Parts: sequence; C-alpha cells; structure tokens
Amino acid sequence: MRPTRNENPKSEHKNKVKHLKKKHSISVAITGAGGSGAVTTGLMLLDAMSRAGFYGYMSRSAGPQIRGGESAVMMRFASQPVFNTDDRFDVLLAMDWHKVERFADEIPLDSQSLIVCDENAGEIPAPLLQNGAVCRALPLSKTAKSIEGGRANMLGLGVLAILLGLTEQAMQQAVRATLGKKGDKVVADAIAGIERGMQFVVAGTQDLRLQPKSTAQKRWNISGNEACGLGALRGGVRFVAAYPITPASDILEWMAPNLEKLGGSLLQAEDELASINMIIGGSFGGVPSMTATSGPGLSLMVEGLGLAVTSETPVVVMNVMRGGPSTGIPTKSEQSDLNLALYGLHGDAPHLVLAPLNILDCVFTSEWSVSLSEQLQAVAIVLSDQSLGQSRLVTDPPDYAGFNTRRVVADASTQHYQRYQLTENAVSAMAIPGTPGTTYTADGLEHDERGTPSSMAADHQQQMAKRSRKLAAFDYGQHWAHVDGQGGIALITWGSSSAVCQEVAERLRDSGMQTRVVALRLLMPLNVQALQGLIKDCTSIVVVEQNMSGQLFHYLHAEQAIPARAVSYARPGPLPLRPGDIVEFIIAGVQADE
Amino acid sequence: MNEMIKPKDYKTDIKPIWCPGCGDFATLSALTKTLAFMQLKKEQVSIISGIGCSSRLPAYIDSYGFHGVHGRALALASGLKAARPTQTVIAVGGDGDGFSIGGNHFMHACRRNMDITYIVMDNHVYGMTKGQPSPTTEPDWVSKLTPHGSGIRPFQPLAIALSSGAGFVARGFAGDPSGLAKLIFEGLRHQGFSFIQVLSPCPTFRPEQKLWKQQVQPWPFDTTDDPVLAASRIHADEGLTTGLIYQRELPVWQPGAEASDTLENIEQGFLV
Repeated sequence: MRPTRNENPKSEHKNKVKHLKKKHSISVAITGAGGSGAVTTGLMLLDAMSRAGFYGYMSRSAGPQIRGGESAVMMRFASQPVFNTDDRFDVLLAMDWHKVERFADEIPLDSQSLIVCDENAGEIPAPLLQNGAVCRALPLSKTAKSIEGGRANMLGLGVLAILLGLTEQAMQQAVRATLGKKGDKVVADAIAGIERGMQFVVAGTQDLRLQPKSTAQKRWNISGNEACGLGALRGGVRFVAAYPITPASDILEWMAPNLEKLGGSLLQAEDELASINMIIGGSFGGVPSMTATSGPGLSLMVEGLGLAVTSETPVVVMNVMRGGPSTGIPTKSEQSDLNLALYGLHGDAPHLVLAPLNILDCVFTSEWSVSLSEQLQAVAIVLSDQSLGQSRLVTDPPDYAGFNTRRVVADASTQHYQRYQLTENAVSAMAIPGTPGTTYTADGLEHDERGTPSSMAADHQQQMAKRSRKLAAFDYGQHWAHVDGQGGIALITWGSSSAVCQEVAERLRDSGMQTRVVALRLLMPLNVQALQGLIKDCTSIVVVEQNMSGQLFHYLHAEQAIPARAVSYARPGPLPLRPGDIVEFIIAGVQADE
Repeated sequence: MNEMIKPKDYKTDIKPIWCPGCGDFATLSALTKTLAFMQLKKEQVSIISGIGCSSRLPAYIDSYGFHGVHGRALALASGLKAARPTQTVIAVGGDGDGFSIGGNHFMHACRRNMDITYIVMDNHVYGMTKGQPSPTTEPDWVSKLTPHGSGIRPFQPLAIALSSGAGFVARGFAGDPSGLAKLIFEGLRHQGFSFIQVLSPCPTFRPEQKLWKQQVQPWPFDTTDDPVLAASRIHADEGLTTGLIYQRELPVWQPGAEASDTLENIEQGFLV
C-alpha cells in the first residue's frame, strides 16, 4: 500500500467512507469582524454547553491584525469527551461577511449545514454556499437596535441556544460567568439580547440537540496553554524566564500571577538567548525552571540547550508550535518543529523530547516532563502547538497520580564531592549553591567527574557515555505512548494529531476494521523495541502528523522502528487534520492491497 | 569559633590558562582578597561567566560557579539571583563576551538592576581566538582579520552602563590591585547592579598595553550620583582613568514573597 498524496480514492471507497458511523457530535462555527464579539460569543456558548452537561472543544483562528481583525471560533460539542475538530460544521453563525472567505477552508460546510446570518450583512460569499449549505438570514442587528444595550452577537447566540436546545437558565449562568466582571448592566443587556434571540423561529436542517450526560461530575474549562502551565506547577516549577511569542505567551500570562502565589517568580527576558540561560541559572540555583516559546524562539535557544545538556542542568522548554519556518504563520498550528527538537543541538547531546496528546494531556505530559527532567538532570523539550495551546476544552479534570520525584541533591556532609561522578544509573548528585562543602563550577566545557575542564579523549568518552546512558537506561514505564486497540491497521502519531487518529480508529472500528493507535508521548529517547512489537503484525502502518515532510515518519525509519511497508500521512498546517480525510486515505490503501 | 577566611582559602588547584603577565591574574587576586575581607563563605558566593580568557576565572576560585556559553554570563547570573536571592552573585568576563555577543544582556542587566556585581576584564582584544579586534579596540588597530583596522569607533562601556540604568559605574586597573579590590568591595556592597570595567592588559596580543602602567591616572573627580554630570565626565574622558565614577541608589529587583496560596486552590479556577 503506497498511496501518494494526490491520489483520489475511487468512488466505491468514498461510498464506504460515507457509511462509516461518526461520533455523534455537533460542530458550530462563529465568525465576525473585530468588535463583532465572535470570540466572546463562542466562550459563552462553550460555558453554557458545559453547564448543560456536554463536553466541548473550541479552537480559534484570527487574521493578522492586532486589534479589530476578523476572527473565527470553531467548536464541537458531544455527550462524550471531544478533543479535536470534525470534518464539517453543522452551523455557522456569521455576524458579518468581513473577509469571511479567509475562514472558508477552515469551516467546511455541506448540504446539511445551516448558516445563520444577519439580513443586513449583504450577499453571502459564494465559497460558503458551494456545497449546498442552507442559509437563514435574520434581522439580528435591526432587532438589537430596538433593545436597550442590544448587540447582534447576543441575539445570534440566542438563536444558537434554541437550535442546540439550551435553556434560558444555562444561558444566564454562562453570561454571568463570562461577563460578570463587567457589571450588572452589561450582564442584564446580554441576557435580554439572548432571550430575544431565542424567540426567533429558525427552520433547521437537522435536529442539533444532543442528549446530555449526567452532570454530576464537576468539569474543567481549560486551554492547552493553561494546562501546560498547570502541569509545570504540579511538577514543581517555581522559576520561569521567557520572552513573549505567539502562540506561547498565554502560558506565561497564566503562570505569572500563579507562580507568585506559590512563592516562585518569573523574569521577562530581553530575548530567548537570555531566557534559556536564565532558566539554566535558576535551575543551577536549585529551583525547577522552565521557559515557554515557539519555533523562532526555540531556534535561538539551541546553544543554551547544549549548555544544559553538558552541565547536566535540568530545564524544561515548552515549545508551542506554529506554522514555520521563519516567522511563518504565528497564529496557526503546525507540527513542524520535531526535527529541530530532535536534531537541533550540535555535538552529541542526549535530551528528552515529549509531546502532549491533547489539551487535557497537556497537564500530564507537562508534569511528567518536569519530573523526568529533574530526575535525570536533563533537558526536556515539550512540543505542544497552537491547536492545543490556544484551544479550550470542557473536560473531566485530570485524573492521575502525580509524580513525586525530585532531583538528587548533594548534602553538606558529602565527602570529596564530585559533581559528575559515575554512578549506577549515571545520575550524580547536584550540589545547590549555598550548601557548604560541595562547591563546584558547572561548565559547558567537557570535564572530568569532578567538573574540571578536560579535553582528554578518555574524559570525553566517559562523560558522553554517562549523559547518554542516564537517558537510555531509565525506565519510562507505560507513559511513553498511549496505545489503544488492536488489529491489522496501525496508526502511529504524536502530539495534537493523536486525538484525530483516535477518532479515525473509532470510525474504522465501527465499520469492522480493527485498528491500533500508538500515540507517542515520549519521542526521544524512542522506545524502539516496544513500538516494533506493537506494530509487527499490522499489515497497514500509517504515520500521521501535521507537517509537510513527514518528520516523524523519517525519524521512525532512521531509528528502524517501522518497516519499509509503513506509509506517511503528512499534511502541513494550518488546516486541522480531518478524521474523514485520513479514513479515506487508509481505506484507499487497504483496498489497493486487496 | 570559626577561623578567619583567608584569600588563599578560595584558591583551587586548577592552573590558570592565562599567559604570563596577563592582567586577569590581578582581578583574580583582587577578588579573593575582597571575598576574604568580607568574610564571605565559599558556599555563599557564585561566580558566573561566559567564554573567553577571563571567563575561565570561576574555575580558579573555590566557590560555586558556572562557566556558561559565550555572551550569556549575565543571563545565567540573573536567573541564579532570581531563583536563589541569598547568593552573592558575581558575573565576570571580557570585553568581547560582555560588549559584543553579550551586549544586549549588558544593557538589560543594567536596567533590571538585580543585586549582581559585573566585572569586565577589558583588554581591547579577543585573546582566546588569537587576536581580533573587540568592541573596545581602537579603529586603526591592525590584525589579520582587519588588515586596515576595524575602522569602527570603540564601544563606551561606562556610558552605556550609565545610560542603561546601572546605579554603580566604576573603572579599575589590573596594575593597581589594591585599588581594584576596593572597587570590587564597593561594588559588592552596593545594592543593585554594579558594573566595574577593569583595564586588564594582554601582553600577548596587545603588548603596547604595558604602557598603561605609566598612562593610567586616578579619576579626577569625586563620585557623583548625578547621571548628567557623570555622563559629561565619562564622555570627556580618554578611557585610562580609574575610580568610582557614579553611584546612585535605584530601585533594586526584589525577590517574590513567600507562597500565599496552594495549587489545589488555583486549580479550582478551572471548574465550570
């Protein structure tokens, strides 16, 4: 099976795909020019749906303007957890048509889709109608003008509430939660607008009401960036130094006040060269330290990472990937920094590379990364991305036992302290400044066990072997990958593509095709043996990722972790991977083999 | 009763890589003298550097230390000070490390005003890479890399430190170790970022700097806390005078408070 990227599946494949049962969920998009309140409307809908007992996922997309640009929110709701966008949208609420074509690719519509818009907004752009979506134009802005403090977006939200079966009570709670800080008048006006909107009678194309699950369990509403920050705090990070960069800055803005509450601190650095070296200094000082950045920043940090490797100073770098290279697409997602994270460092520089599998998993993977970095006195690069970081999830709270692991520290009684002493697990006790009797100078120069600079071959070999062995010999347990299902088809994936692959597997299984998903959380060091074992009986092996060149695919081949028959499904960002496209690709391949 | 700490107590058994006659030896001994004078315990002190001849200094002092990458000594030092504010943090290095590749960090460390003392051993040359012009080299100094001289006006470390917001600006000379020790002492005592430029001759690539011994004169004014006055004096100066030029109390970066909340409470914020 070697389908190429441009291969068009034959029509029978398409038929088969069409009959695949999909996860029952509702997808809603909201678009509008700056100031139209599209994002606020989305946040309120997400809140209301979560109060009504549903799970939800909300991603966002924006034009390049700092203020006043067009924006879109893309949401998906279900009675069971959802972590990614669907193939298509059921409803588009368009506040206006301002540059909406920009989002046409991101919001696929079909004949079952309903467009709700303002009757005064003018003609609907043709791309939105080309697949037969049905449009209902309502007097949203006109009616808003007749209400005191009325805003068209609140009327639109009222229409969505009716379509989705939300109660006035849920809407009122959502308004208070979202706008409460702005005062009673704003809240009352918004509620009045929503309730007026709920009086519109809109003939839908389908029933959009979901069956709610029990609401007994408390749910969280969290973004991937907040989740990465939280995981880091859970792991013990108490010092952060960083330079602002989209789409990672939200991690820092969430952490800054919370670090303060926990007795930690955050330095805004003058650049990323400073931030990486500042956290090396902080960690040398004994405090678990991290920074957050995106591709351009990670590029600048690479020399510093080598210093942390050689001096065995634990640091964590949260890299929230965006479209690259260079400035690329700062506001949109792509999984294309894997090569940099794996291979960027000069010299032989063993380090850890991890990736969270979905927004909720950002908490776990972030905490685990800190824990590993501290235990192994190693660099950990965590590859999140914009589609995780700047999206929100309504989810069950994280449910796992934390990691109560700390770095090995030399105490004052240590005799003849040697910072880089060879030990059984190749990890040596780190002395913290302030501790008497264990003074040493950390160094980026190669050194001997004591830490004295050395250019001797024997010292270089010994210390390189030490740094390599401490990562290679460590038992990472079961967390290296999330493995699900079994059968002849294997999907190997990483990071944010994992949730999509999970959905692909569900659809394939529902049509009788047994599928296994191996979602890699620990990318380096790679558990080659375990991965080989998991896929050895699979006839179709597809490596799924969101970049152009198939970075994971080539890495797995280089490590001889996958056989020659494995194929690559790699698509660049910023459009999200669609489960339906991957299902088609796999079925085409399977049938080509038959 | 604890014994008095002597300068030699800070000595390590690592032999410096420096050439005979290098000015950096004087900074090393001025530093150990000052630490002993202040009776600072080895474990209370961290000496942080980047890359270059003078940046090798941390290995020669028995305290905590970090010999990092080129140009980033101040970033390392700032992170350490933020994470462990009780440490006495001293950053050291050369003119290439501090003013060229690390120039940005120099300005922002002055602005940030953390309680760090920064000693730059300035020999107007890249010594470790065997003799190329540095930011403080004269424009007509000829090297293999610049056969006609660099043609670029020298960087003005004191003026930059002052205008970037440093509250302690001084210049010392390796040929006057006790004067230098005094400046280092004042720098360590100063609350906030203290910048000390040390004229530190390079006998190998800049043998003409042997003349500094005759040329260097004391700074002809008292220390001022007026930045405008200090600026005009610095701009009128030829660069071979030593003393504490400017000192002013400015708001110092303060470490954060003790923990006031728990993570469990913070997590409540995510509940719907």
